Amino acid sequence: MPRVGVFICWCGTNIAGTVDIETVVETARNFPGVVHTADYRYLCSEIGQDLIKEAIKNEKLEQVVVGTCSPRMHESTFRKAVAEAGLNPFLLEVANLREHCSWVHQDKTEATAKAIALLRAAAAKAVLNAPLIAPRLDVEKRALVIGGGIAGIQAALDIAEAGYPVDVVEREPSIGGRMAQLEKTFPTLDCAACILTPKMVEAAQHPQINLLTYSEVEEVKGFVGQFDVKIRQKARAIDATKCTGCGVCYEKCPTKTESEFEMGLAKRKAIYVPFPQAVPNVPVIDRDNCLYFRKGRCRICEKECPPQAVYFEQQDQILERRYGAIVVATGFDQLNPVEYGEYAYGQHPDVLTSLEFERFFNAAGPTGGKVVRLSDGKPPRNVVFIQCVGSRDKARGMNYCSKICCMFTAKQAILLKEKVPEARSYVFYIDVRTAGKGYEEFQRRAAEQYGVAYLRGQVGKVFPDGDRLTVKGVDSLSGKTIEIQADMVVLAAASVARGDAAQVGRVIGINSDQYHFFNEAHPKLKPVETHTAGIFIAGACQAPKDIPDSVAQASAAAVKAVGLLAKEKLQGEACTARVDQSGCSGCLYCEAVCPYGAISAVQIEEHFRGEKLTRIVAEVNAALCQGCGSCTVACRSGSINLQGYTNAQILAEVDAICL
Amino acid sequence: MKQTENHSRFIEEMKERSGQDPACCLQCAKCSAACPVSAVMDLLPHQVIRYLQLGFTDEACKSKTPWVCASCFTCAARCPRDLDLARMMEGIRLVALRRREGNRLNPGELTPEQLKQLPQQALVSGFRKYTK
Amino acid sequence: MRYRYFPGCTVKDQAKNMEETTLAAAAVLGIELEEIPEWQCCGAVFPLYEDEVITLLSPVRTLAKAAGDPVVSLCAACHHILKRAQEVMQRNAEARRKATDFLEVEYDGQGRVLHFLEVLRDDYGFARLGQTVKKPLAGRKVAAYYGCLLLRPSKVMQFDDPENPSIMEEFLKALGAEVVTTPYRTECCGAYLSVTQKQVAEDTVAKILNSAERAGAEVIITACPLCRYNLENCGRTAGKRMPVYYFSELLAEALAVAGTAAVEAGEVRPG
Repeated sequence: MPRVGVFICWCGTNIAGTVDIETVVETARNFPGVVHTADYRYLCSEIGQDLIKEAIKNEKLEQVVVGTCSPRMHESTFRKAVAEAGLNPFLLEVANLREHCSWVHQDKTEATAKAIALLRAAAAKAVLNAPLIAPRLDVEKRALVIGGGIAGIQAALDIAEAGYPVDVVEREPSIGGRMAQLEKTFPTLDCAACILTPKMVEAAQHPQINLLTYSEVEEVKGFVGQFDVKIRQKARAIDATKCTGCGVCYEKCPTKTESEFEMGLAKRKAIYVPFPQAVPNVPVIDRDNCLYFRKGRCRICEKECPPQAVYFEQQDQILERRYGAIVVATGFDQLNPVEYGEYAYGQHPDVLTSLEFERFFNAAGPTGGKVVRLSDGKPPRNVVFIQCVGSRDKARGMNYCSKICCMFTAKQAILLKEKVPEARSYVFYIDVRTAGKGYEEFQRRAAEQYGVAYLRGQVGKVFPDGDRLTVKGVDSLSGKTIEIQADMVVLAAASVARGDAAQVGRVIGINSDQYHFFNEAHPKLKPVETHTAGIFIAGACQAPKDIPDSVAQASAAAVKAVGLLAKEKLQGEACTARVDQSGCSGCLYCEAVCPYGAISAVQIEEHFRGEKLTRIVAEVNAALCQGCGSCTVACRSGSINLQGYTNAQILAEVDAICL
Repeated sequence: MKQTENHSRFIEEMKERSGQDPACCLQCAKCSAACPVSAVMDLLPHQVIRYLQLGFTDEACKSKTPWVCASCFTCAARCPRDLDLARMMEGIRLVALRRREGNRLNPGELTPEQLKQLPQQALVSGFRKYTK
Repeated sequence: MRYRYFPGCTVKDQAKNMEETTLAAAAVLGIELEEIPEWQCCGAVFPLYEDEVITLLSPVRTLAKAAGDPVVSLCAACHHILKRAQEVMQRNAEARRKATDFLEVEYDGQGRVLHFLEVLRDDYGFARLGQTVKKPLAGRKVAAYYGCLLLRPSKVMQFDDPENPSIMEEFLKALGAEVVTTPYRTECCGAYLSVTQKQVAEDTVAKILNSAERAGAEVIITACPLCRYNLENCGRTAGKRMPVYYFSELLAEALAVAGTAAVEAGEVRPG
């Protein structure tokens, strides 16, 4: 029987307030193998750690049990302490007396009994603990950034500046993302393109950055330091090495279709670049609309292209590459408010979403930069902005606040006043939220200097009546209902996760919340990490976010990625599965259930009664195994054990509690 | 205005019987904007809920609003917090009616012409809604 | 196509022409409406406080009598109450136990509860109706007015999109009429306020009729007797003269149903 030491933490009053420490210590003294017990107010403090280290030396302890907070908090602290005292760090067992006991119970007698049971189980397991050594793994010194919006561009630039090569995968034909669609940015009213396009160009020209536009990630395998990724580079039907970006092809193309970049408010050609400052400035043929791809004739672009760059036969390419770290920055969508029938969106051309309205201000936009009604081409007099369309709405929309709408509405109201001085803006809001540097001042400027009328309340219904829109709303501060004859209505529709975010998350191997925004590993302390080591998130794919926040988060994610790439070797998982090949029947159920592809079949030779036999057994690749334990459950003969959590150890714990 | 004594009991009863909790209202006032008959209300629908939130339940019961409410369900259809205001208004009406605080529709006040022309269904439901 | 038919008090008296025209049209279409014997009141109001079980008894009695066969009604109020009572029976076990124990019936919320328009849309089909029409209402500019009770609450009524319904417009198209859409078609007409606060009902009705008029409508249709009463009476005092019909009156006209007053007079008689 190894010599076991048990150490109980009071955690101030967190544990000691509900658990009778003295009784626990007294009882633990009689557990099998226990030769030493101690308790301390804060075991995680340096004094507390020293207490453990000295006891290991003085009492010649071979196994250590600590009764403390969750192992998620301080397991690594105590493992290091144990290692400093000369023991293998895996000869430490944590009994969670706080989250699993004192925090969830009120009755002291019951909590004390439970604490004793938890400790007895931990001690029973500890005597079976064996030293483990974590493998050292290589790090591929290259990063992948998924998404080429402002967050993805910033992350890529920061990683590249740190000296590591980066591939940026962007689904659209150009990088730029949502920010490229904006005319101005709050609260400074900078022209969005003027501050974004230099970054786009910088990314394109950076020797360490490789832009893979019109491409999508199809598969991510492997693990931190060694992600094996399959990327589909969709065929543009253009030889990018020949194309000069002269634009003759899309001038001559006879087929028009709705422009995604212009939110369907303008047409583009079947061969197109999404917007004038596109990077790369290489067109794409949209095969769903191209006459040649649909009907086998036309080829005008091919004939007209001066450098003969049109290449209809071009096929999708699959690029397979290994990356050490991944930054996910796939952005967001704006909710389609068509379900809010009371706002007449989709029934009247002068009811728009804010993103659609934004394009009216842009010189290259659907109206050439003029703010006019789509119904009759006249400039609007009264424009009603409706906030929280689908935000803070648990009935039909999203329960959360979309965070950016108060500000972009103030911005659009200001821009409107500048474009159409006689126009009057009305903003129906529930609360005005302007937390951000310079934000409150900006919003007040809209109200005070630009005469934007803020009405605290909502709109009941928009009635398209005659050639105007009758907006029936309420101002709750005066307690009066109000009817406005509006010329345009702009809906601040909720910021939502991309429609395929859940699917993308599955491919990449990260999880998302109920709204399909990607989950950070900890809401406060790990805001850019995911639960998958080596994969980081940035920008509005994590939650609605404005540009400064997205950029800051992107730089944070880049630092995390660089920190990883800078490591010589990574410490792998020590608690991996191991096959006892003598008992393995070679059924390979374990191989089928392994989510990491870490198990494979091998042929072994055996001598049986003088004969040489060969048979198939399972083998675990410790570098790939993440220690999930699925195989140990699937194994019918109990021949796979998860090291650190062997069947014998789990049973010992169960016995200690139940017998 | 003073909080009504026992206002929390009133609210608890309303929560239990109508499934509607005034605390869930964030006072966006969309109900008031949607209400087709708000013009003759002394309190707008969202103000009635505000009174309930603040514990002014007696004042809410004294308001004309619940008696003006036609149960057209427009407010409930558009409420972003999924609150059914029509049920809450009914709750207030019932408290008053069950206390026998007087009927709100007097048969004697109907003109012979109304009695002749009003759909039977509306007459019966009017009396069911506004009298005990 | 056979249905159990719940008329309710109003279509036997004030809204007699809704029943007459519907029954005549149904006969032509081969839709059998078998009147539930000894039917009683629909309940008149739907109890919004769920401890009011007594008001539920009447509709539950009707639903139990139908014993799971589809129940059809014409009056929007009757349909609203039957449909919502059924939903309570499906959802609230306590109310179900109290109501069925009291009535000594078996009922657990089964069976379809339909408005006649739903029968036309979902079972008979508007396309088929269009082919059956003998005298299309060509050139007649008709607006549909839905009111509240058929549409809301939409999760229970499941009649149509509560803000942008289309069933009546599709119905009118099948009859060959020229459909006029008014944005106020789902706004409340003022309901009982026409009795207690007439001015309010007059204002709401004026909005509805004005917008229908501006949109070019000559006629407006409804399926609710109270809506019709308000549109006509409050409309008259507000100086509006747009004829208001029940949907079924136009149906009978388009099917050239003999025996209805409307067709024999050579026009559909308003009121």
